[in-house]
Amino acid sequence: MLTEIRIAGFGGQGVILAAAVIGKARAIFEGGYATMTQSFGPEARGGSSSAQVILSSEPILYPYITRPDILIVMSQEAGARFIPELKPGGILITEQELVRVDHMPAGTRAFGVPATRLAEELGRKMVLNIVMVGFFGAVTSLIATEALRQAVADSVPPASQKLNLQAFEKGYEYGASLIEKLREEGETEMVLSFESES
Amino acid sequence: MEDELAASITIQGAVWGGAKAFTVTSGPGFSLMMEHIGYAAMTETPCVFVDVQRGGPSTGLPTLPAQADMMQARWGSHGDYGIIALCPNSPQECFDLAITAFNLSEEFRVPVMLMLDECVGHMTEKVIIPDAAAIDVYPRRFTHLPPGEFRLFEPREDKVPDMVRAGDGYRFHVTGLTHDERGYPSMNVDTQRSSVTRLLEKLQPFTGERALSETADLEDAEVVVVSYGITSRVAQRAIDLARQKGVRAGKFRIISAWPFPEKHIAALAPKVKAMVVPELNLGQMVHEVERAAAGRCKVRLVPHAGGTVHNPEAILKAILEAAE
Amino acid sequence: MSEQTLEIPCNIPADAVNPVEPFLRMDRMPHIWCPGCGIGTTVNCFTRALIDSHANLDKVAIVSGIGCTGRVAGYANLDSFHTTHGRAIPFATGLKLANPELQVVVYSGDGDLFAIGGNHFIHAARRNMDLKVICVNNLTYAMTGGQTAPTTPSKVISATNPYGVFEPAFNLVALAEAAGASYVARWTTFHVKQLSRSMEEVLRKKGFCFIEVISPCPTLYQRRNKMGDGLDTMKYYKQASKIRHGAPTAECDLTKSGEIVVGKFVDRDRPSYFEMLNSQMTETLGDRYAEPEVMCEQC
Repeated sequence: MLTEIRIAGFGGQGVILAAAVIGKARAIFEGGYATMTQSFGPEARGGSSSAQVILSSEPILYPYITRPDILIVMSQEAGARFIPELKPGGILITEQELVRVDHMPAGTRAFGVPATRLAEELGRKMVLNIVMVGFFGAVTSLIATEALRQAVADSVPPASQKLNLQAFEKGYEYGASLIEKLREEGETEMVLSFESES
Repeated sequence: MEDELAASITIQGAVWGGAKAFTVTSGPGFSLMMEHIGYAAMTETPCVFVDVQRGGPSTGLPTLPAQADMMQARWGSHGDYGIIALCPNSPQECFDLAITAFNLSEEFRVPVMLMLDECVGHMTEKVIIPDAAAIDVYPRRFTHLPPGEFRLFEPREDKVPDMVRAGDGYRFHVTGLTHDERGYPSMNVDTQRSSVTRLLEKLQPFTGERALSETADLEDAEVVVVSYGITSRVAQRAIDLARQKGVRAGKFRIISAWPFPEKHIAALAPKVKAMVVPELNLGQMVHEVERAAAGRCKVRLVPHAGGTVHNPEAILKAILEAAE
Repeated sequence: MSEQTLEIPCNIPADAVNPVEPFLRMDRMPHIWCPGCGIGTTVNCFTRALIDSHANLDKVAIVSGIGCTGRVAGYANLDSFHTTHGRAIPFATGLKLANPELQVVVYSGDGDLFAIGGNHFIHAARRNMDLKVICVNNLTYAMTGGQTAPTTPSKVISATNPYGVFEPAFNLVALAEAAGASYVARWTTFHVKQLSRSMEEVLRKKGFCFIEVISPCPTLYQRRNKMGDGLDTMKYYKQASKIRHGAPTAECDLTKSGEIVVGKFVDRDRPSYFEMLNSQMTETLGDRYAEPEVMCEQC
């Protein structure tokens, strides 16, 4: 079973690193397979940035995603461009203070997180990508939390490891409590774990 | 270094100084390196050139894939010469074939091209790196002869000469001019014929027994997809889909693209209805497939101008049509 | 000269060897250079410098580009490399990086080093790469028929400027100094003693060293400009040259028939490429940095 994920935002938000962490968690720390490809404009900062990750239990052939099962968007431009491509019934994860969602494909389960603000609370806006990864882990249950945590620790410079792990926990907790709240409110459709649906 | 012209010759200075060396580029940079690919071929300097192919011509598509430098890799420098080109299709193979590239460059004393494309070049996947002790390394063919007896370009039985390095007392001479076995310029018809012929003949094993390829489902195949690099992964999906539809499709993945594995393709051609050749260009290696198949089966190109990879459906359609 | 044979009285023993012979590949003689050409003179000076510097010749490598001077590597009995047009310096850079114990000499012409190879020259000087660059400057592209080079002075008649050169020429010594060379000198082929000494000096000096040697091309440059033959050019060099050690290089432009300022203009100590590399890496990486090892399978 293949899971196709697209992560998109603007350059400088750490889109590629977020995708690499997710792929690494599956390929290295869970022993499965992952392929990440990326597309970027010539700008190092401020341009559009998008990465594609495919997760699988078997070796992956076709390297690009066709229609993402999961879309993580961190900019309005990326949202406008990629939300229409989301697979029906797919999962949409947004940086809720940067992306306003007007339309989405039928059956989309959408989850928002104020990742930039949460990152700022930790003192460094730049870790918003890892907040997003933590939140992704909690709302999708697609990858073991410990594998994601290990992948975060393994992907950042030693000096910023602690900060990034805090960011991961912050995003994860935000997601876990959101799921808990939805469950209490009886929104069972929303909280179906991704794996159980497949 | 200051530019690709410099990088592509600095590595050769380093090789004659005793090091192993390689350089990496894409698109226009590869064009700039052509002069020294010829120099490496002529002076039999073992070195590795990595080209991450992007859309062209000129500046083209700097961050998007193509496979349109394949003919340039083979023919880009002036004159007659041979090179080896390898086409990895994953980060793991980039690692493994980089080692192979160095080994082959030392064994045959040729420049070896590692022909990636942007998709593989920017791809992130799991790579298993073995212990250094477990990696086979082909050592440089240093001569065992003393300075008085050694001739720098005198070939051994395999048509490849042994080597020395600067500073070891051999007082040797290397030139890009046509040279005799001493390495001295010798611009006459006989030396030109024998030395240039040898540059090509020493690579003959790669047209057959030394060719690197990956095959699957060839036993019963009626249509064979001949592909290389990233396109081979896309093609596999099309092959699987064709099999599901009852068409017996098979895979011939070229790993060593140059010298072209013509003996393998020639042997396969009479056994199949057609060969389908998808590539991220408007027709390059397909000409080699046609030449080797020599009319004994249909050969069908699935072109793509580059910028992304093929849609597997396009390859599937070609397979289904070829099977009719 | 009439048909009379010139008898040179001498008492040379039959087994005598020209002192420069061991430095040359005598099996490659005769060389390709024209009568009156200055390149052979510079090679003579270079062999003299090798003798006087007591260099271990097994550890001296010579790298040339393309052109008349580009053929020097082929005649020197050293590890020698005749590379592509303009690329002697980057080839030499690779050689030096891989085997730092080599004394690497780049010996090439003005067209090769300063037109097609100009970029490599300024960058190697900037890096203070430990190379000794000897440029035989005959002010033209000689091997290809006397076309205008970046060094050809104004008003000169060349194959490509039959009505006179009008582009300004490079002042090579000023260029070398500005780019960062540690040592810059200029001589003519008349100044054989001084040239030998300069060559010997750079063989002992670290860093990027540059010697320009003004040299005649009687076949294409002097003849076309009615400047006589090789001997006439020696007379001109003798009369027009002025030794001014330490002269500001910016004042050392060459003209068609004017003064030729010669001498040692720059002799300074700058950290070499290897020193800068090692110091930066040690500062950044500390104990984790290991200096590159010299490859040593055979030694």
